[in-house]
Amino acid sequence: MDPLIKIENLSVAYDKVPVLENVNLEIHENDFLGVIGPNGGGKTTLLKAILGLKKPESGKIHFSKEMSGRKKPIGYLPQVRHIDRKFPITVFDVVLSGGIMQNRQNAKSIAKDKAEALLEEMGVIGIRNKAIGELSGGQMQRVFLCRALLSDPKLLILDEPDTFVDNRFEGELYEKLEKLNEELAILLVSHDVGTITSCVKSIACVNKYLHYHPSNVISQEQLANYNCPIQIISHGEIPHTVLKHHHQ
Amino acid sequence: MSAILELFSYDFFQKAFLAAVFASISCGIIGAYIVSRRIVFISGGITHASFGGIGLAFFLGFNPLLGAVLFAVLSALGIQFFTKVAEIREDSSIAIWWSLGMALGIIFVFLTPGYTPNLMSYLFGNILTVTTSELWWMFMLNTVIVLFFAVFLRKILYIAFDEEFARTAGLPVALFNYLIMVLIALTVVLNIRVVGIILILSLLTIPQATANLFTNDFKRLLVYSSLFAFVGTIAGLFISYFLNIPSGAAIIFTLVVIFGLLRLVKSFV
Repeated sequence: MDPLIKIENLSVAYDKVPVLENVNLEIHENDFLGVIGPNGGGKTTLLKAILGLKKPESGKIHFSKEMSGRKKPIGYLPQVRHIDRKFPITVFDVVLSGGIMQNRQNAKSIAKDKAEALLEEMGVIGIRNKAIGELSGGQMQRVFLCRALLSDPKLLILDEPDTFVDNRFEGELYEKLEKLNEELAILLVSHDVGTITSCVKSIACVNKYLHYHPSNVISQEQLANYNCPIQIISHGEIPHTVLKHHHQ
Repeated sequence: MSAILELFSYDFFQKAFLAAVFASISCGIIGAYIVSRRIVFISGGITHASFGGIGLAFFLGFNPLLGAVLFAVLSALGIQFFTKVAEIREDSSIAIWWSLGMALGIIFVFLTPGYTPNLMSYLFGNILTVTTSELWWMFMLNTVIVLFFAVFLRKILYIAFDEEFARTAGLPVALFNYLIMVLIALTVVLNIRVVGIILILSLLTIPQATANLFTNDFKRLLVYSSLFAFVGTIAGLFISYFLNIPSGAAIIFTLVVIFGLLRLVKSFV
């Protein structure tokens, strides 16, 4: 089986300052990849390169046949902190924007039905006519997840969907994602290592370079070989994984 | 009441009324976009830069609106160029073009021999002196804007709300941004005669702020803004006529009063 996406020797820079160097990564069908790393380590830049929003300095990103074409079947949930909360747009319009380039017949009514079904499933159908600025963090993430799913993507990319949300929503979100993962591949960026390691199948540590761990458990030996400067703090009985430093 | 009806029998007033209708629709729609996207300051820069074109037209003796269009589009592109290519901070590049246009305008007007009687009406507007050919231009601009927004409403909305997401969805974001920038420049220039360079930002922002009190739906905001702009412009026109004060200032004053009253009412309801 060809990978959906194959990244080869990818380097990305902002104003000639390298942010990602020599990154190699494959994303296969039904993968659930957690991308972790420090702030400024290049997690979002990696997403932007995959989404075609940032041109790489060198290296290639190959898309499999089903992923090719102008409208790639990728669902994208951006960081909500970049959203203008005062923008005059309703929840329903936000969700509908996920299907804008679908050119099938009756695309509009199909998209509307689908958008309603998604809002229903996420339990936010009641706020469909509200302005985006009136929502709580959790509601907002649900709405943006609906938008990302409207185009029936093969790959779902989420950039820190756990910001501005409470713990209860976080739990629900990961349950939803695990269920969605039966149908599609997921790439989840988070700075919260503790929570994502419980649901992802594999982990990529991004800090200018990318280290791939094919399981969600990182053994002591692996830790000894790498240098990934991530720390989490946890109190009490919470099961957690501490990832030690990668040595480049 | 009969005094008002009598006014409509005058040719100059019929023209002023039509100008008010056209200005309300174009400024209502374009202004709603500008406000939603938070590019009011860019629009201010373009507006004031167009004064350079008016001065140049006085100096060389061609149609001032043509000069204004030229400078408006040039400054819109110039702001983009300064920001993206020359890497000057956006607010600074806006201010540079804003003041450069005004300065050029003053230099050209100063160099023009003789008295320039219309200058004040470009700076502060005079809806009562709008000509038939200007009305035709305004009519055409309105047609283009209404058609463009009717056909591409969803695409315009999605790009304005989340440009990055629109790009991942494959929308031609840059093309839309340039087209709308041109429409903004044309709207500003063709409405200069109504409220003038210095006051036009008001028609692009105050009715929108009023409309925003009642809706958070983009489509409704376009319509309500046009309606509030129309009410304010017409009321201002009457006030200007009966109190014998300049029309541009009267219109803006009315727009602000309407906004203030409705804002107050809203906080008590």
